[in-house]
Amino acid sequence: MNAPMNPRKLRITTTSLSGCFGCHMSFLDIDERLLELAALVEFDRSPITDIKHCSQHCDLALVEGGVCNAENVHVLRELRANAKILVAFGACAVNGGLPAQRNHLDVGQCLSQVYRTPDGSATAIPDDPELPLLLDKVYPVNEVVRVDYFLPGCPPSADTIWKFLTDLLTGRTPRIEHPLLKFD
Amino acid sequence: MSQTFTLDGKTIAFEPGQTILQAADAAGVFIPHLCYHPEFKPHGSCKLCTVKVNGRQTASCTMRAMPGMAVESDTEEINAERRALTQMLFVEGNHYCPSCEKSGNCQLQATAYHLGMMSTHYDHFFPNRAVDASHPEVLLDFNRCILCSLCVRASRDVDGKNVFALSGRGIDTHLIVNASSGRLGDTDFTLADKAAEVCPVGVILKKRQGFAVPIGERTYDKAPIGATTAGEAC
Ligand code: SF4
Ligand code: SF4
Ligand code: FES
Repeated sequence: MNAPMNPRKLRITTTSLSGCFGCHMSFLDIDERLLELAALVEFDRSPITDIKHCSQHCDLALVEGGVCNAENVHVLRELRANAKILVAFGACAVNGGLPAQRNHLDVGQCLSQVYRTPDGSATAIPDDPELPLLLDKVYPVNEVVRVDYFLPGCPPSADTIWKFLTDLLTGRTPRIEHPLLKFD
Repeated sequence: MSQTFTLDGKTIAFEPGQTILQAADAAGVFIPHLCYHPEFKPHGSCKLCTVKVNGRQTASCTMRAMPGMAVESDTEEINAERRALTQMLFVEGNHYCPSCEKSGNCQLQATAYHLGMMSTHYDHFFPNRAVDASHPEVLLDFNRCILCSLCVRASRDVDGKNVFALSGRGIDTHLIVNASSGRLGDTDFTLADKAAEVCPVGVILKKRQGFAVPIGERTYDKAPIGATTAGEAC
């Protein structure tokens, strides 16, 4: 890309809510293009930085994962409040993804099924207030906050992510078409 | 001598009795569709084939071609409506393509790609319809059904078995299996039935065949839906 001389670096924040980190891995799959990207952007709160809270005036938020628990809601709202553009990044963020397959089950029954004592006679569901409560369902990101762009794919491929980011960074409306557009 | 109409300004010849969609198909022009299948009577439920005829919207799978019609199909306005219809179909069901055996071979998914659908946009219904795994060779996941009735028509009109039917009203409309138990295993359905191969999405699935085709070699990996046999995309 032909970057202008000394432009203000764009601030990107990223997070994984009810994600598998696969979208972040696919992001890293842009490989050496990361160096090109690093010349243009700086990372705010993200799993790849040590920043605990998103600072104001982020330009772009990439949100991986659906919304499955109370903490996800807080994190998502923090990013929405601070980022100009928020992207539902990957299938889980777009429609809940495979974790939303729990949506027809009762969340209490799911927990008691998983947290049974070894002999199966009782359940020991963790109840420390430190732990965020699960929501009744897994929600797509746009059912909790407003979303500016959606980038589907489980995960979106590195080339898809690169096309999307370079479109955005150069001021174009991101345009993803066959064969880069995939839901799987 | 055949008659003609125009489709997006292009002259299309047709035989009297043909629908707009049939004539377009014969001329190699793609109009998106999900419930239309050349071997069956049209159904008119998906509305993906909507076009504008002389300024009014209509389903091209049921509308007879008439001489001199001016038909619009591949316009921004109509494609935006098709995209909205596709989004409605996605949120009405549980379309988790990443784990669906039909992914890459699915007409609904390929149509969404064709229309540049980036999101499902509407709130999801997250239906909960039990999977029917009672048949030894076939699995039914009703949560992906788009109610196109192709299986109904194939089983009734070709196989002569009447295995499937649409039942219920409004959003509760759903596909049922015509057996007193409601289970596919209690019908005379077989893999050789026409109805076993017509489902455009991932409802009627052959057991033990999932994920056999490598990614990159599935139907719509190779060419987007609507690409003509000449390999040119519509
Ligand atoms: S039926 Fe098609 S659209 Fe639905 S989940 Fe399967 S591949 Fe995706
Ligand atoms: S099962 Fe498939 S073919 Fe039958 S109505 Fe549903 S989507 Fe159509
Ligand atoms: S193809 Fe015409 S309504 Fe479905």
